[in-house]
Amino acid sequence: MLIPLLEAIGIGLGIAIVLGVLVMLVMLVIAFAKMAWVALVQWRDVLSIDRWTEVLITISRSKLRTALTLISVAWGIFVLVFLLGLGRGLNNGARNQFARDATNGIWMIANKTSVPHNGYDLGRRITFDNRDYEAAKTVAGVEHIAGTYFIQGGPQGGGEMLTKRGGKASAFQINAVHSDAYFLTNNTIVQGRFLNEADVAQRRKTAVVGRPVVEFLFPPGANPIGEWIEVAGVPFQIIGVFSNPNGAENERQLYVPVSTAQLAFNGADRLGMLELTAGDAKTEQTKEIVAKIVAQLSERHQFAPNDGQAVRVFNNVENFERFQAMFFMISVFVIVIGLGTLAAGVVGVSNIMMIAVKERTKEIGVRKALGATPSSIVFMVIQESVFLTGIAGLLGLSAGVGLLGVVGNAHLTDFILDPSIDLRIGVAATLFLMLAGALAGYFPARSAAKVNPIHALRDQ
Amino acid sequence: MLRLAKVNKYYRVGTHSLHVLRDIELEVADGEFVAIMGASGSGKSTLLNILGILDDYDSGEYWLGDTIIRDLTERKSANYRNRFIGFVFQSFNLLPFKTALENVALPLYYQGITRRKRNQIAAQYLERVGLRDWAEHTPSEMSGGQKQRVAIARALIAKPRLILADEPTGALDSETSKQIMDLLSEIHRSGITVLVVTHDPEVAARTQRTIRLKDGKVVDPQELAAAASHPGIAVGH
Repeated sequence: MLIPLLEAIGIGLGIAIVLGVLVMLVMLVIAFAKMAWVALVQWRDVLSIDRWTEVLITISRSKLRTALTLISVAWGIFVLVFLLGLGRGLNNGARNQFARDATNGIWMIANKTSVPHNGYDLGRRITFDNRDYEAAKTVAGVEHIAGTYFIQGGPQGGGEMLTKRGGKASAFQINAVHSDAYFLTNNTIVQGRFLNEADVAQRRKTAVVGRPVVEFLFPPGANPIGEWIEVAGVPFQIIGVFSNPNGAENERQLYVPVSTAQLAFNGADRLGMLELTAGDAKTEQTKEIVAKIVAQLSERHQFAPNDGQAVRVFNNVENFERFQAMFFMISVFVIVIGLGTLAAGVVGVSNIMMIAVKERTKEIGVRKALGATPSSIVFMVIQESVFLTGIAGLLGLSAGVGLLGVVGNAHLTDFILDPSIDLRIGVAATLFLMLAGALAGYFPARSAAKVNPIHALRDQ
Repeated sequence: MLRLAKVNKYYRVGTHSLHVLRDIELEVADGEFVAIMGASGSGKSTLLNILGILDDYDSGEYWLGDTIIRDLTERKSANYRNRFIGFVFQSFNLLPFKTALENVALPLYYQGITRRKRNQIAAQYLERVGLRDWAEHTPSEMSGGQKQRVAIARALIAKPRLILADEPTGALDSETSKQIMDLLSEIHRSGITVLVVTHDPEVAARTQRTIRLKDGKVVDPQELAAAASHPGIAVGH
């Protein structure tokens, strides 16, 4: 009984609001059409220098009103520009955090068990092997998959091995991987090619190196492709050079076939990590794929299927989705605040114009008595309003863009990168405020222009 | 110059209709100097509005020269106001942010005359009212009499055939009032028709003829004479 009533009220309110908005829109359209028509008929007047001189004189002699309008509009545009730019900067910064690796990558790293299982105590270290890789490859939904063998030791540990050519030597990170590892990074091959399946199958001594490695080992301008280098005493032939958008730190590395490294560096068939992508799969699907692979691994390596620690999983699909949701919220926030500021600016301009016209009732009466037509009065007000909001918009726009430049150059934090604004948005916002200013001037000016001059003049 | 025949004007206040002007018959010849007197509420202002083409009337005819003033477009009535009629107000109504010179020049702005040209002409008219040296001063720096003279120069600049003055001395002391009336007389002598709305008998006395309004009607001069001989009947001044 109550609910249909509420529904009816809701529908009624909805229709009323829609109708109200429609009526307002129609009124606005009519107002614009009228303004456009008068402007068309009187274009000579609107463009005349004398008219602009008149407007400038009036503006320059009503300093308080001018200052208030300027501040209200300039502040609105400034805040809008600065917020949008900052939002963009946040987005860029966050995106940059993801720039190194594929946004749909999943990494599974062998770790220690945390639950006793099948007679084994907890704390046992798990190691993957080549059969795990082969088994995981068959799981439905897996697009690209690679195994990584973590080379033990090196001068600084952590797989950094001494890399030599001629008299030069330095330690670089060595990644021993299957050829699909390429799809887990955002690396780009700038010369030659990446590892392929034949490299892995035939245990070729091939290497793909980052740009800084080439710069370090080779004289400027030399072609590194086909050249031999020594990694921990083992000779490798360079077949490709890569770059990474996240910069030098991710380029001071080498990729070699996992099979070759296992043989050369005493790895038998051990793997430390499986890494895979699942195309455009959503988080839920990737979780299923991960669960299947973990189930296989738990069976083969005797750890509890529900042991959350035995295999550490980094799921970028999930992270990226979370990031996108967060960024969406930031965007919505920025847009809401920006529109709010703009709306405040519109209200501010409207108020100032209303008061300005009210304050000028007497002046309008005088002008009418001296022979001003109503349309010339309306246009005088609109011209002033549009001129002021335009100037103020430009001021706010330049101030906002300027401050964004300062913030961008200051590099306050990694989370804000290259804050900037699409200038079209700034210009559109300024035009919007000018339009609002024109409308805000139009309605009070129109009613003021209709006022009987003698009444206006007696209105002390 | 101008003629009103059976002019009626109503103001609608809510559901009521107020009959403000009743069958006004009025004729002012070219070059006359006329005062319109009446108590407040007698319809003086409304009559002035209609004469100044600032308001419409409901019935009757208003002839200004050879033209009947009725149902004019806003553009046309603005043009008549600009070229035929000069206004002088009780409170001067100069634009406060403009100099005396710019105030005087304003009517010419609405004729599309260039700034340089209209400032030249305005300077001549300021000279004529004896305020040449005050051209660059704003109204706030001037006395009431000076302001009214600027306003008169402004009323004259478009070479109107009719000056409508609404209580032109209402805000001035008697000495300054006298000077302003001298100026209006001088304008009248130069051949321009001058109509002064006032409640001051001294001002009315300086004109050639006085038209009295009472309750929206023109008071018949004979009736007036009769009333004067019967002191018991008050006549609004």
